[in-house]
Amino acid sequence: MLEVSNLCVNYGAIKALHSVSLTVGKGEIVTLIGGNGAGKTTTLRAISGIVKPASGSIIYDGRPLATLAPHEIVRLGLIQAPEGRGIFPNMTVAENLELGAFTRNDRAGIEADREKALGLFPRLRERIEQNAGTLSGGEQQMLAIARALLARPKLLLLDEPSLGLAPQIVQVIFQIIREINAAGTTILLVEQNAHMALKVAHRAYVLEVGRVVMQGPAAELAASDEVQDHYMGRKRAGH
Amino acid sequence: MDALAVGSLYALIALGYTMVYGILKFINFAHSDVFVLGAWTAYRAALCAGWTNDGVPEPIARWVLWILGLIAAVGLVLAVVGRTVVKPPPGALGQSGPARAGSTLLAVGVWGWACVGLVLLARVLKAGGMEYVAGGVILLLAMGTCGVVGFCIERLAYKPLRKAPRLNVLITAIGVSLLLQNVGQLDWMFGTQPARMPSLVAQDKPLLTILGTPNADGSIAGGVNVWLVDVIGAGTAIILMIALDRLVFQTKIGRAMRAVSYNPTTAALMGIPVDRVISFTFVLGAVLAAAAGFLYTQKYPGLLQPATGTWVLLGLKAFVAAVVGGIGNIRGAMAGGLLIGLIEFFGVGYVSTEYRDVYVFGLLIVVLLVRPSGLLGKAVAEKV
Ligand SMILES: Nc1ncnc2c1ncn2[C@@H]1O[C@H](COP(=O)(O)OP(=O)(O)OP(=O)(O)O)[C@@H](O)[C@H]1O
Ligand SMILES: [Mg+2]
Repeated sequence: MLEVSNLCVNYGAIKALHSVSLTVGKGEIVTLIGGNGAGKTTTLRAISGIVKPASGSIIYDGRPLATLAPHEIVRLGLIQAPEGRGIFPNMTVAENLELGAFTRNDRAGIEADREKALGLFPRLRERIEQNAGTLSGGEQQMLAIARALLARPKLLLLDEPSLGLAPQIVQVIFQIIREINAAGTTILLVEQNAHMALKVAHRAYVLEVGRVVMQGPAAELAASDEVQDHYMGRKRAGH
Repeated sequence: MDALAVGSLYALIALGYTMVYGILKFINFAHSDVFVLGAWTAYRAALCAGWTNDGVPEPIARWVLWILGLIAAVGLVLAVVGRTVVKPPPGALGQSGPARAGSTLLAVGVWGWACVGLVLLARVLKAGGMEYVAGGVILLLAMGTCGVVGFCIERLAYKPLRKAPRLNVLITAIGVSLLLQNVGQLDWMFGTQPARMPSLVAQDKPLLTILGTPNADGSIAGGVNVWLVDVIGAGTAIILMIALDRLVFQTKIGRAMRAVSYNPTTAALMGIPVDRVISFTFVLGAVLAAAAGFLYTQKYPGLLQPATGTWVLLGLKAFVAAVVGGIGNIRGAMAGGLLIGLIEFFGVGYVSTEYRDVYVFGLLIVVLLVRPSGLLGKAVAEKV
């Protein structure tokens, strides 16, 4: 469904990605994990067309994305819930959801999807006329995901949905990510919380300073020593 | 009444400054020139529609027709070639670049012809005695012309600089402003001589007088005169402002404008075509400025030549209105405009006419000292 090959991205003189390749198959949850500054967000930004790659290709549903503007990529069903949630704080929850459905005109379909999304996140329904800026961090994250769902994603990119949330809320969010996937949406999940990410994902890539250093089935990576040491906080004897 | 009429004009102009600032975070210095263009276009159109001394309409300038014809023709050719010969790049959605450019040019050309049509329509209406309707048509025409000019300015001057430092854009804006002023002075445009706008609204005596004392012979002494022009002017301005407020806060495109203004990148991730929203915002601002220009000519028929300081000062006061209201805030600009109008005319009426500009800029200083972000502006809290 998504095929990223040899992707290089520079910010001015800074090389953020050196030849990153990854694939996401239809129906999968694939996770991209790595530490601060590894280049996870940059990868998603390149896929969504926000930053232009220096080289490499991104093919989605058989179509190269290089010539497309971000808003055109959205129309193809490739939706990103950005890092830091990116909600519009001075608009109501309802207005934020409306913006999620910006590219659609099927009133009835939007209404149905809105009900579905609010069914997943009942807390949002209670706060529907509230300004999004007044929501708690967890609720804002829920709003960001709900808003992305209103765009009817075929492929959903999530950038650190667990960032800054209490463990219980993180559980809720990851449970919902599973449900979204079970309902047929393919997901590329960027996370620093490798523990949780590897639990929900089918496959995983580990990114380190702009390079993919490991990849494989999530369960295998979760069991490997290196991932345990570096990303899951296991302390080995003697350290 | 003066205060309300002029204040609402300031507000109309201020909206353009504030909307563009809200989205692109730069002051569009060329905005006041679009206002002047609106005023002069209305004047020219009024002459062509038959508001001349001898009542014989002026002919429409030949060059206007030539240019419009040329634009439409080039647009048509590009659109056809772009659709048939040029292949869009692999993976691209929609049409090829030339096809899009062609459609845009064609639209501009066709709109120009529509404006010529409007002049003729106004001519017929005027000849048929429906002067108010003809006046309305001229208002529409000025708004339409400036809308197209605003669109072109944004496309040609600002859009290529979307990623450039803000200072470059600011300097470009000053350049565009000077360009408009100087083109406006060319002989075949508006020339270097002042003109007198014909009055489209008859007004030999005030509509009514409030708080006056009736004389024995039935005439009224003192009091506040309410003139028809002021009622129409303020009324039109207020209707436009309400329409804009509705548009921004209750429609899909308005939501898109607010989203782009808050964060263009996130807006693009919602599928919002950011560049188109920006163009639209410019056009809206220019259209409102043109309306203000037209209404201004009805209140003050003495039209100075396009590059005069008086125009600049007017634009500056409208800009002050935008800042006083909180730049980037649409309702703030409306409130700011009315407030500036009130302060100016009450100052003139009760203190002294000599200091009319002092009141305005004095208010600016006071507001900046007390509430630096403007009356309705939010304190800027940079998010980390
Ligand atoms: N706009 C930018 N300008 C310059 N450098 C940038 C920019 N954005 C990111 N970088 C750099 O690119 C590298 C990768 O950043 P990126 O945001 O992709 O990391 P990340 O893996 O998402 O990290 P985190 O987990 O902290 O979000 C970093 O070294 C970062 O400093
Ligand atoms: Mg990141």
